[in-house]
Amino acid sequence: MPGSGVIHHPLTRRQILKGGAALGLGSAAALGVGPSWADPWGRSSVYAQGAEEGPEVALAIRQETLPIDGRSARPMTINGTSPGPLIRLREGQEAVLKVTNLLEEPTSIHWHGLILPPGMDGVPGVSFAGIAPGETFTYRFPVRQNGTYWYHSHSGLQEQLGHAGPLIIDAAKREPFRYDREHVLLLTDWTFEDPMTVFRNLKTAEGYYNDQERTVADFFADVREQGFAATAEMRSMWAKMRMSSRDIADVTGSTYSYLLNGHAPEENWTALFKAGERIRLRVINGSAMSYFDVRIPGLKMTVVAADGQPVQPVPVDEFRIAVAETYDVLVAPEDDTAYTIFAETMDRSGYARATLAPREGMSAPLPERRTIADRGMEAMGAHAMPGMDHGAMAGMEDSGAEGMAGMDHGAMAGMGDAGPQGMAGMDHGAMAGTGTAGAQGMPSMDHGTMAGMAGERRRLGANGLLAAGTAQPGSRYGQAGIGITPGERRTLVYGDLKAFTPWPDRREPERELELHLTGNMERYIWSFDGKTFSEMTGPLHFRHGERLRLVLVNDTMMEHPIHLHGMWMELENGHGALIPRKHTLNVKPGERVSALITADAEGSWAFHCHLLYHMKAGMFRVVQVS
Amino acid sequence: MNTRHVMIAAGGALALLALPAAQAEDGYAAPADWPPPMVKHPLGMVLVDRLEYALPDEGPQALVWDLQAWYGGDVNRVYLKSEGENVQGDGEDAEFESLELRYSRLIADFWELQGGLGYQGGVVSDDHAERGYGVVGLQGVMPYGIETDVALRLSDAGDLSASLEGEYDLHLTQRLSLQPRTEILLAASEVEEFGVGEGLNSVRLGLRLGYAVMRRVTPYLGAYWEKQYGDTADLSRADGDATEDSGLVAGVRLLL
Repeated sequence: MPGSGVIHHPLTRRQILKGGAALGLGSAAALGVGPSWADPWGRSSVYAQGAEEGPEVALAIRQETLPIDGRSARPMTINGTSPGPLIRLREGQEAVLKVTNLLEEPTSIHWHGLILPPGMDGVPGVSFAGIAPGETFTYRFPVRQNGTYWYHSHSGLQEQLGHAGPLIIDAAKREPFRYDREHVLLLTDWTFEDPMTVFRNLKTAEGYYNDQERTVADFFADVREQGFAATAEMRSMWAKMRMSSRDIADVTGSTYSYLLNGHAPEENWTALFKAGERIRLRVINGSAMSYFDVRIPGLKMTVVAADGQPVQPVPVDEFRIAVAETYDVLVAPEDDTAYTIFAETMDRSGYARATLAPREGMSAPLPERRTIADRGMEAMGAHAMPGMDHGAMAGMEDSGAEGMAGMDHGAMAGMGDAGPQGMAGMDHGAMAGTGTAGAQGMPSMDHGTMAGMAGERRRLGANGLLAAGTAQPGSRYGQAGIGITPGERRTLVYGDLKAFTPWPDRREPERELELHLTGNMERYIWSFDGKTFSEMTGPLHFRHGERLRLVLVNDTMMEHPIHLHGMWMELENGHGALIPRKHTLNVKPGERVSALITADAEGSWAFHCHLLYHMKAGMFRVVQVS
Repeated sequence: MNTRHVMIAAGGALALLALPAAQAEDGYAAPADWPPPMVKHPLGMVLVDRLEYALPDEGPQALVWDLQAWYGGDVNRVYLKSEGENVQGDGEDAEFESLELRYSRLIADFWELQGGLGYQGGVVSDDHAERGYGVVGLQGVMPYGIETDVALRLSDAGDLSASLEGEYDLHLTQRLSLQPRTEILLAASEVEEFGVGEGLNSVRLGLRLGYAVMRRVTPYLGAYWEKQYGDTADLSRADGDATEDSGLVAGVRLLL
């Protein structure tokens, strides 16, 4: 039901001009008449859920009965739709966003990725008191950035109920790329269960939603492929740790309907184009818990922005989008034919899908689905490394264990580094030795990475810290992650991201703050440094104005998308002055990731894992900048 | 008297549970009337691990239960555990082999240390001999995923006994699973009234094949073998009961 309950604004001359600016020097044919959201050939944006134009926007939050995936559902709606309308602001505006709570419980909206005053960030208990039932809260802030962002509730588990939507900020100056048309693709995961029931299931019954556990048949299949000894050794390692190598997603397609712009795969939401046009796809992962691998078979995608910030173009066939990340990609379909936009979940338990087509009612074949991968040794990090010998490692690689195929030196260093018990005393020489020893058994090892590290070792700053922008030993920026077979297709990795132009603060870090991402899968406890939010006695302190390095060490066997409110995190992926900045950093199991932060935002900010139920289970901190 | 034991245990356990509720907030500067950004709720669950009808080769048929329920947070919990049976056709009431209220504390990632009070005897009548006892237990998962429950019990008459239980889940398919289990009972002194001898009392081995018709409901079929040893076996012989038996079971595992 497109448009229901949406406030219609007549298209003003200003908006038409704005549309023109957003198009760059794009085709005038894309400039339609009528409200932007309603016209499939629209000005520049086609968005199924309706749009609200800034600078002044009124949003009403309700809980309503609407159909989702062909069934009656009770989502939380914003101006009548779930997910909510596209909010479109313009860089340089003073945004005035009036949010009225028509629910029977408190609510909030957090503007994800926006740099704004702390009182406007929308986190109850950190930025403000929340919005009580019947109240209207007016968010006012200057819009000082542009790009693709999103918004969502930061109250309880409301985000799982579709209380989220896209937020697009048009640039004041011309962007470094051109396009003729744009489409917003918002990925979400919907469940017909009460989110609190989902949480209880996760807390009280480990593996509740996992319908892809290893079975006896998998064991024999592995024995056939890798031999008995290698299989037995691998399985024994996992069994000793009392963990499942199939623990890729906590909540899966067994309860989720994966939606694209609010539509299930069968509904085949369609984005229109004309052959020969260059199209900007603004892809947002607004899921509560689901990572997606996005591709459009038959089309090369050029990544031009990550988390709203322009990056040097990267042509890819596929990209993984962690929860809460956004990527902007350009595609240029030459043919007058339909293409499938395919977003498969990381655990392969389901997918979201839309069609990019020249006309309504078209579809293209769905690509073959991949099967779930087993986590390999790279995930074991701290758990397995201390007792592991090189023979075992080499043997496993020889046997062709899937998870090992793309292992590079970074991964090995990661295991070493993440194993404080056994490897704390390891020096760089020993690490290099490990790499060399492993090299015989690891044909796919990336020697380039190793050489790079050797170079970086010499770049220690005067204060003994690694030079700004240097990739941490233990980072795996060359890998897309679990379930992606290296070399199968060109997949975006964090190592590809380079800022389009250098960001202003080029200072070296003054200090390092290391945080371990920790958890207890058995009890579904998630935490930083082994402590849940309720066990903490104080906030993390950033000194106002300081330049610090945040080092995130993932001691768990799951990916965590870590989000810092209020300030950018500059991802130290080895690109020197072209350090890219992000609001959400994916940290893979066993990985060590670092970011530089300019602590220029005085006040209290939320800092957490953006997997909704991980946050709820305790993986949340407050950062105080003072 | 036994009811009183249980009441005391309940009170004690609830008092301990209340302690962690006064948890420290992340002490950043926020006005007092703001809600905390993250709220923790205590949770609970009931696991009826075995609710089964046993058809032994020698002894009488019986309805058997083995269940546990907990309520609490990540670290501190209260457990209610019970095992028992209703022997069919003996004209007697069902019997709690154990009915325990335990306070439980997570002491390692996979291990809970538990302590509390328990009752053994008839469910409603005085058909069976009764006693109260204190219990200390360790419950958790051993490497290789073996679920373990070890308990030491000291009765109100000063008799010490121990039980060791282990279970393992082998996934045959996503829904079909094979579960071997074992239960070993030991005692430090003979208590004739309860058929308990000194030393190793009995060993029981079982194998259950379950099919999860729903995530929370797994009907199963199984078989078991059990044998009594030493004085315990002598006591059974004196009563004319079998000291070694095997049988079939049909039952259901429920997660509530």
